Amino acid sequence: MTAQLTIHNAGPGLTVQDLGRPGWKAQGLSTGGAADPLALLEAAALLGTPPGQAAIEMMGFGGTFSVNQAVRFALTGAVMQADINGEPISPNATHVLPAGAKLTIRGAKQGVFGYLSLAGGIATPPIMGSRATHLTAGIGKPLQPGDTLPLGADADRMRAPMKLPVADRFAGGTIRIMSGPQTDFFAPETLAAFTQTTFTRSPRGNRQGVRLDYDGNGFSTRDGLNHVSDLIVPGDIQMTGDGVPYVLLCECQTIGGYPRIGSVIPSDLPKIAQAAPGTSLQFQFLTVEEADATAISQAATLRQLTRLCQPMIRAPHDIADLLRYQLISGATPGDDLERP
Amino acid sequence: MTAQQNAPDLRPLGVDGVLVRFARTLTQEANARALSFRDMVLEAGVKGVTEVASSLVSVRIGFDPELTNRHTVTQTIQALIAEHKTPDPKPKRLWRIPAAFGPDHAPQLEEAAALAGLTPAQAVAEIEAATTHVIAIGFAPGQPYLGMLPGHWDIPRQTSLTESLPRGALITAVRQLIIWAADAPTGWRHIGQTAFRVYLPETSQPFAFTPGDAVQFVAVSDAEFKDIKQNPDSNGGATCEVLR
Repeated sequence: MTAQLTIHNAGPGLTVQDLGRPGWKAQGLSTGGAADPLALLEAAALLGTPPGQAAIEMMGFGGTFSVNQAVRFALTGAVMQADINGEPISPNATHVLPAGAKLTIRGAKQGVFGYLSLAGGIATPPIMGSRATHLTAGIGKPLQPGDTLPLGADADRMRAPMKLPVADRFAGGTIRIMSGPQTDFFAPETLAAFTQTTFTRSPRGNRQGVRLDYDGNGFSTRDGLNHVSDLIVPGDIQMTGDGVPYVLLCECQTIGGYPRIGSVIPSDLPKIAQAAPGTSLQFQFLTVEEADATAISQAATLRQLTRLCQPMIRAPHDIADLLRYQLISGATPGDDLERP
Repeated sequence: MTAQQNAPDLRPLGVDGVLVRFARTLTQEANARALSFRDMVLEAGVKGVTEVASSLVSVRIGFDPELTNRHTVTQTIQALIAEHKTPDPKPKRLWRIPAAFGPDHAPQLEEAAALAGLTPAQAVAEIEAATTHVIAIGFAPGQPYLGMLPGHWDIPRQTSLTESLPRGALITAVRQLIIWAADAPTGWRHIGQTAFRVYLPETSQPFAFTPGDAVQFVAVSDAEFKDIKQNPDSNGGATCEVLR
């Protein structure tokens, strides 16, 4: 029997994602993949699985799922309440989904992008080396109720349950940026105003990028809008014609003509992706040397996260159905402790 | 390199990339230098370099910070720039692509023509007469930037974004045309419609164009365009002639 996942209910933003398709920028295809790749690495650390496995990304809304064979899984990224047949489960920890049980994941309470990673991974056929849905490139499409997805085999079924303490990346705050090829298209006073402004993550946002709202004048370049289109990297902060910033994310275009004031460093980009509408954000320029020093590979990040994982010892207050357990059995004379 | 004032700018673009920018404005010469410099870096096989992509006037060299660093990559790039010669940019292939310019297919033709100082009929005639070249591929998969139209087509992007355009839309700004491949907002103006798909992900050769290809547009009536659209196997009625 082939292992498969069935989707019974699905929010509008459910897609299959892995770490994307690097290397096609020259042909106009951005890397794509998970909007918060750190969440996929956290799941890989918890489950002890390879980092390139595909998972389900849930933008804002969750869904209801079942499997036909028991499988270990983890929920990472945005904080979404979840239960198995009504019994709550914790995020950032490994669990087993029994065959036939219903896993219900509700809307995000904190953050935007939540991830359901199953040991063995989603085993849809790769396209150009990846299973990631890339909506603007027409690769894959959002998941719908009734869809079934093949699952790979869990190579480590007996692995002990784990949990992972995760730093909060949902609250916005100060985001570190570095200058890029067009930073000096902006006047020094515009750059200063930019770093002194508190922005609000707009409701307008998706896997391509998020718009930032603010009070005050726009952030325009010194010489208008006739810039030659140039290469883009995810994290670039693009100013549209009216001087409104968009931070570009994993599924962004590869070339664009709107000027870019700088680029969010990769380590801080999950904070942008996970900033829910209304979250406050500020920007702080690093020097190029400081920014380069933050570069870390996904493999090194996974090694760090793996070291942070802890065995999950269930404390009584974590057990929702504690009263169903038989905690005391048998009877005693009542004077056990007093006897020699 | 012919003269010191033509020395390209080297700038950081991300923690894992260097952008080599040959000019601040688009010229055929700067474009040819960018396209040939990309080939040169690829052929050089620089240690730790993971990706080399060109745009209109620049090349981004992406590297793995665990295998190399910005300083080393920059020194290698500077040595390559010193040896770099611009080749003769004769196109290898010529595409002819049907396009409809009727009001239903070209909602901003009148506006764009006026910005170029033309009537809509003059604008269509000039687009038909032009032999453009694929000066970059990007923004969306396989999407070509085509240049250069005559100088009076140097019209700016809109200040606000058009939320969505049909695939195959012919759009213009800053002396260029694009055959739109994306389901994404743009600030360029919609002046015609093709049924050409620049990107066929389900095929073994997903990308139609190569930088340097020549492209001409052939104006067709709305009725002819309807016929073309009804034949999905023709890829918009386009032809591709190998020149050399």
